[in-house]
Amino acid sequence: MNFFQEIFEVGWRFRALFLEGALGTLQLAFITVFFGCLLGIFIALMKMSKFKPLSWIATAYISVIRGTPMLVQLFIFYLFVPQMSPAIKALDLPEYFYVTLCLIINSSAYVSEIIRSGIQAVDKGQTEAARSLGMSKRNTMIRIVLPQAIKNILPALGNEFIMMIKETSLASTFYLNELMRTRIVLQSTYFLTWQPLFVIAFIYFVMTTILSKGVSLLEKRLSVSD
Amino acid sequence: MTKMQESLIQVKGLKKNFGSLEVLKGIDEEIHKGEVVSIIGPSGSGKSTFLRCLNLLEVPTAGEVIFEGVDITNKKVNIDKHRQKIGMVFQHFNVFPHLNVLKNITITPILEKKVSPEEAEKQADKLLAMVGLSDKKYEYPRKLSGGQKQRLAIIRALAMEPDVMLFDEPTSALDPEMVKEVLDVIRDLAEKGMTCVIVTHEMGFAKQISDRVFFMDEGIIQEKGTPEEVFDHPKNPRTIEFLSKVL
Repeated sequence: MNFFQEIFEVGWRFRALFLEGALGTLQLAFITVFFGCLLGIFIALMKMSKFKPLSWIATAYISVIRGTPMLVQLFIFYLFVPQMSPAIKALDLPEYFYVTLCLIINSSAYVSEIIRSGIQAVDKGQTEAARSLGMSKRNTMIRIVLPQAIKNILPALGNEFIMMIKETSLASTFYLNELMRTRIVLQSTYFLTWQPLFVIAFIYFVMTTILSKGVSLLEKRLSVSD
Repeated sequence: MTKMQESLIQVKGLKKNFGSLEVLKGIDEEIHKGEVVSIIGPSGSGKSTFLRCLNLLEVPTAGEVIFEGVDITNKKVNIDKHRQKIGMVFQHFNVFPHLNVLKNITITPILEKKVSPEEAEKQADKLLAMVGLSDKKYEYPRKLSGGQKQRLAIIRALAMEPDVMLFDEPTSALDPEMVKEVLDVIRDLAEKGMTCVIVTHEMGFAKQISDRVFFMDEGIIQEKGTPEEVFDHPKNPRTIEFLSKVL
């Protein structure tokens, strides 16, 4: 049997398993980026705050998370955080909760920088014009700055989602149900060592390629209104 | 002169530093109701900073800005309320690109003065007709020329019914053929009695329209007076040197 045929056959035979894995990956990436956004908005606002201590905390949070490998963070959240204190231990939350939480926290650091730079890329003149008219700080942010920042933010968030699709493969180490996990299942049950890897790589590639196309279409549509 | 002695803005000991750079070195001045004041001077002389201190877009390092009897540098005043009475027009227009022409004009009155949308639109129609932009009512700013954007910026400020208009080099970013249409709108306003403070490089315009002219250099008002006094009979050597270069 030749190389491609073998891969194809494994892919076809276990298609339900791979599909389930792919959906698991999409779901995990979506949950991560969604909650990463909610958390990221807070971090971004903190970082832009005029109250210095808040801004320092946000800066430290972002640099530590972006400056350490995700795999190390995942191990810390898997092994250390659940045992951190008796109170946390008593909660007895499942392991996947901590792993997902870690992914969210990791993503929030990147998302907060996306949001902050998107907001700061809006011309300062827009804020000045709104404030000079007597518009409140809050309304200026909500009605003038954010609608313009969204254009910078949305495509970058799309790219973050694509990154996360790939990054979540690290979570397979901790038995989360996602695409990379199918490799472990197939190896231990059917002794298939290398074929699933190529099927998995192919599925990742298809997902990221389609989504990248989507992001660049979105980018084009958003820039039309400039 | 006698008709316009009522003070609208008083500036006392105004200083502004950017880091270690002293941009304004102590200005005491008064703008009267109904008066048109032009501020001229070389770039970097502090004239834009002075203008931006009048509505606190720049927070003064020292001194007071008293607008209609209230010191607006006091942190306790609600600056938004006072800014509604001080219109400002910028060199780069700063119209809102994500809002159409009508909404550019009506958004702030509706949000901050609780004017009804119908009322705000009625007023916007009048203003649009005044500056000849009625046919652009539903366009987005990207479809407008520079001159049209600046006229929109002017009526956007007027929609708040300000007591004074500040113009920060309103024609400096315009193509030459569009300068006149903007200056005509400003002239029209001035003739209707609007108090105007104009930072400008249009010397001819400043001479025609102004009741008083300030010449600024190195962070202070070096010379002031009627257009005839400043343009035709300048006394300060700096003014003489500056005018010899630009006229």
